[in-house]
Amino acid sequence: MTALARTQVADNAHIKLHDITMAYGDVVIQRDLTFDINHEDIFIIMGGSGCGKSTLLKLLIGLKKPSSGNIEIDDVNFWQSSLEQQGKTKQGFGVLFQSGALWSSLTLAENVALPLEEYTKLSRKQIEEVIDYKLSLVGLAGYQNFYPSEISGGMQKRAGLARAMALDPEILFFDEPSAGLDPLSSRRLDDLILELRESLKTTIVVVTHELESIFSIGNNSVFLDAETRTMIATGNPNKLRTDCPVAKVREFLNRGKK
Amino acid sequence: MSSNEYYSLAVSHDEVDALTLTLVGDWRLQSDLPAAIVIQRYLEEHSNTQEIVFNSIDITQWDTGLCTFLLNIIELGNSHNTQINLSGLPEGVRRLIGLASAVPQFKQTHNSKKQQGYIEQLGQFVIDGTKGASEALHFIGEISIAMTRLLRGKAQYKPNDLLLIIQDVGPRALPIVTLISFLVGLILAYMGAVQLQQFGAQIFIADLVSIGMVREMGALMTGIIMAGRTGAAFAAQLGTMQVNEEIDALKTFGVAPIEYLVLPRMLALILMVPLLTLYGSIVGMFAGMLIAVFAFDVGSFEYYTQTLRALDMQQVFVGMTKATVYGVIIAFAGCWRGMQCGRSASAVGEATTSAVVTSIVLIVVAASMLTIIFQVLGI
Repeated sequence: MTALARTQVADNAHIKLHDITMAYGDVVIQRDLTFDINHEDIFIIMGGSGCGKSTLLKLLIGLKKPSSGNIEIDDVNFWQSSLEQQGKTKQGFGVLFQSGALWSSLTLAENVALPLEEYTKLSRKQIEEVIDYKLSLVGLAGYQNFYPSEISGGMQKRAGLARAMALDPEILFFDEPSAGLDPLSSRRLDDLILELRESLKTTIVVVTHELESIFSIGNNSVFLDAETRTMIATGNPNKLRTDCPVAKVREFLNRGKK
Repeated sequence: MSSNEYYSLAVSHDEVDALTLTLVGDWRLQSDLPAAIVIQRYLEEHSNTQEIVFNSIDITQWDTGLCTFLLNIIELGNSHNTQINLSGLPEGVRRLIGLASAVPQFKQTHNSKKQQGYIEQLGQFVIDGTKGASEALHFIGEISIAMTRLLRGKAQYKPNDLLLIIQDVGPRALPIVTLISFLVGLILAYMGAVQLQQFGAQIFIADLVSIGMVREMGALMTGIIMAGRTGAAFAAQLGTMQVNEEIDALKTFGVAPIEYLVLPRMLALILMVPLLTLYGSIVGMFAGMLIAVFAFDVGSFEYYTQTLRALDMQQVFVGMTKATVYGVIIAFAGCWRGMQCGRSASAVGEATTSAVVTSIVLIVVAASMLTIIFQVLGI
């Protein structure tokens, strides 16, 4: 987006959710979700297990349609736009799935190359340069010819991040980035997320319930409640920790201490 | 008062009517512990008992056995309006009981265990069936769209992938196809020869084997081998990709999984099953010749010319048509079951099993329908 266009978006919202209800069949997971994700936010989607965090992520990346309500990305209503427009919008997304979701039959280099081959007209040599650059960004230079099964879980996640960043996305989505990582690796991933936001000015959406990550990277958040099936708080998690009027949220953010 | 080596009961009437339960010895699961029913009987007989008190000074060892006994007593106490006073128990036991009763029992019944009547089951079966059928139609529709896009040169797939899959389903299946076709040819020859020999018409083994292999058995056996070998592999591959979120990852990059994953598999089978069938039929006919020549004294040249006389392009056409249909069926069943696989390891197993079952059932149904159609058309 150009600088001019960005100033025209008065409220600076990158993604807008309006009255979203999501359901599997007749089972409502969450209802009445209304919030904005601003440009360059690191936006945390948090809540207890089974509250619908991952489902909300699926909704945001266009894998699942909401039962009602609108999602606007850069002021374009996603589900009412044409298929071509949807495809274009999706190209602006980078997603790091919970398990990395690398294509297991392809090497790391081929994993990063696939989106580049599909959507750019780069030459073979240029693609290789991009692969080398993206893999080195996540600290995996030299692993081009490894298969996903040959590297550790933390490395798979970082490789997944390299693939997610292949097309220089405007929005990066992370599904439980620290799940299954040791404290050091998960800290390193957090630092990487912060670094990416600072250097690339990407909007970042993270689904997590790791308090350490929430406080160190998040500057905005939404809290989904499993019992009432709706959002019960939104705002900067560091402020919510002390100032949130809802006791349940304060309890969550203080690890049960009231 | 009842008592045994594990406990003794004593009643005291200090302020309230209380039952003191004195526990002694080894309260462990392995030892033959008393059941709470004794206490239940006592409570039923003495309904004015207001409190149960424990004395556990003489317990030497305890484990889960003691805890389950106490939980039973607590339940009894609740149903008889009797107070349970745990203060006389070892501290560890009290903590464990506290932990076990901290979260109230989940009351809602589990859905899947609900008993269904026969009519309800029938209804559920019909609902599931129509749902499955509409899903299958949906999948066929998606494949058709992908095929049209392929013909217009717009499909997103890697030709390289197609070649790899072709190699996997075609040349690598040769050994097993050879073995099975050879044995089937041998069986056909023997079965016919024994009868034909009675009329001195051994030379017609050639007709029997060649028409049998080319028209029917070649395609059928290849189809069944490929269903077990390749259909299962497709379902497992796609199912695992589904579990790993790899298919979601493709979608987020705007790559259609149908075009990228299903199309090359479909094409590979449509190309390879007829070729393997042709090859298998030739192997089968060769096996038939060996039997005719070595066991039933037919000259090999005679057999060869008789085979040529029996076969014409029509027979080959029938066999190839069937093989192509089987190829479509196997690819469809394997890919469909794989794509609709759930998100767990057991779901992959189910997908694989149902891919094989679906394709074998459909192959046999298609075989009989095609046979009837060709008969009616007089081909």
